Amino acid sequence: MPGRVLLIEDEPNIAEAIRFILSREGCEVVVEADGARALSRIADCAPDLVILDLMLPGMSGLEILSALRANPETLGLKVLMLTAKGQGRDREAAERAGVSAFMAKPFANAEMRAKVRALLEG
Amino acid sequence: MPLSALTGTRLRERRLALGLKQAELAQRVGISASYLNLIEHNRRRIADDLLTTMAQALDVPLATLQEGHAGQLVDGLRAAAAAVPGAAAEVERVEDLLGRFPGWSAALVELHDRSRALGRVVEVLNDRMAHDPHLSASLHEVLSAVSSVRTTAAILADTEDIDADWRARFHRNLHEDSERLAQGAEALVAYLDASGQGQDHTISTPQDEVESWAEACDWDLAHAEDIAQSPHLASAAGRVLAAGLQAQYATDLAAIPTPAFNSAMAAGADPLTLARSFGVPVLAAFRRMALRAGSGFGLLICDGSGTLTLRKAIAGFSPPRFGAACPLWPLFTALARPETPVEAVIALPGPQGARLRARAFAQVRYPGGFRGPELREAAMLLAPEPAGAEPALEVGPTCRICPRPACPARREPSILQG
Repeated sequence: MPGRVLLIEDEPNIAEAIRFILSREGCEVVVEADGARALSRIADCAPDLVILDLMLPGMSGLEILSALRANPETLGLKVLMLTAKGQGRDREAAERAGVSAFMAKPFANAEMRAKVRALLEG
Repeated sequence: MPLSALTGTRLRERRLALGLKQAELAQRVGISASYLNLIEHNRRRIADDLLTTMAQALDVPLATLQEGHAGQLVDGLRAAAAAVPGAAAEVERVEDLLGRFPGWSAALVELHDRSRALGRVVEVLNDRMAHDPHLSASLHEVLSAVSSVRTTAAILADTEDIDADWRARFHRNLHEDSERLAQGAEALVAYLDASGQGQDHTISTPQDEVESWAEACDWDLAHAEDIAQSPHLASAAGRVLAAGLQAQYATDLAAIPTPAFNSAMAAGADPLTLARSFGVPVLAAFRRMALRAGSGFGLLICDGSGTLTLRKAIAGFSPPRFGAACPLWPLFTALARPETPVEAVIALPGPQGARLRARAFAQVRYPGGFRGPELREAAMLLAPEPAGAEPALEVGPTCRICPRPACPARREPSILQG
């Protein structure tokens, strides 16, 4: 499943693991820990998919998603949001803001591969 | 007439110990044997003068036959019965029960008290889990570490051809995350373990520190621990708030001196008449009534945003430590209608829920004059209200831990609803 993935995740070890998993599937993975910087780089990066952690320092995942949906160039960009179990209200807010899919932490690696594949090929 | 459900039992025990027959004792004290039998089985109340005569006839001090504890047990049994309405307990025979089975009765009351105490702990913990920012951050930290460990471990287990550099890197990450997880779990356990023990290190806000400091002296703030030395006041912010509260307390005390205050209260003063009599703001009268040793009043004060700035708890009503309170409280009705007295009987939910008389009032200040901001402050004085015909306004602590499913003011689902 070739494709370019922008991973916005502030936990370096999780980011490294996801990058490893998706790279082996043929994806090019760009990692960014800061939400505001990720937004500023998105035009250059031109990702096919954004994987976005909900809880980020500074600009939250929800704010980044809203910014992506407010920009005509990224309006249709697929976004997979990583949430923690129990963040039901945040998930509802993300659904209203136009998220493409969710995945709850902690996740199985096979689930990560399947979701990314479905979003890139869908 | 004095009442003690145990009095009859004690009479009987003493008579048998002396080897007297019912008829003999009855004759000595001038009543019929059948009436004595009813008294001994707690079926009849016994008059003061007859009890005195009985004590003399049985050669025991009067106080030995009068048992104040029994009255508390009767109240406790009634409360236990009220907490389980479906059981249809024979409340009218409570004294009979107590007389026949005092040990079982005491055990039942003790279990009921423990149940109430545990209910309060559950409420506090639920409130904390729902709104405590420290707990939320701690859980996120642990969850992040767990996620990383799970993903990394699965990579190492499932990837047969992983090269040495990646393997070493993931091993290092696993080690880091396992240490982080251990530290996070220990911190969480310590935090939650302390939550039910009332220890000082459970205090998480300056306001909590001040309330803990005030409770330590039963809100007699003139005799509170020295602010600079108090172990309850761990933060500089807590000490600032405590100093402000203590200064306000001294002002209130000077404006309404204790002898005059006691006279006014004995004459049936309410906060409005008390304020008028002494020429003080109504909220000062609220504070004067509630903030003193053994007052029996609870007091909640909020600012214009509805944030609780002072919480003096009362039995059966635990105001939330975090997050927004129940919008149905008369406190907020008053906040929206300054200078208007608001009074209501309120009922808290569940078997632990108290029935309270709430009196609320709000005041407006303009510290900057015409051009300055409008500052509102509201207070709600709470007192125990006996059961009666007056309908009660059904309120809760806060939506998150309130079990009333059909509440018209509900903001969010409760975690107490299945």
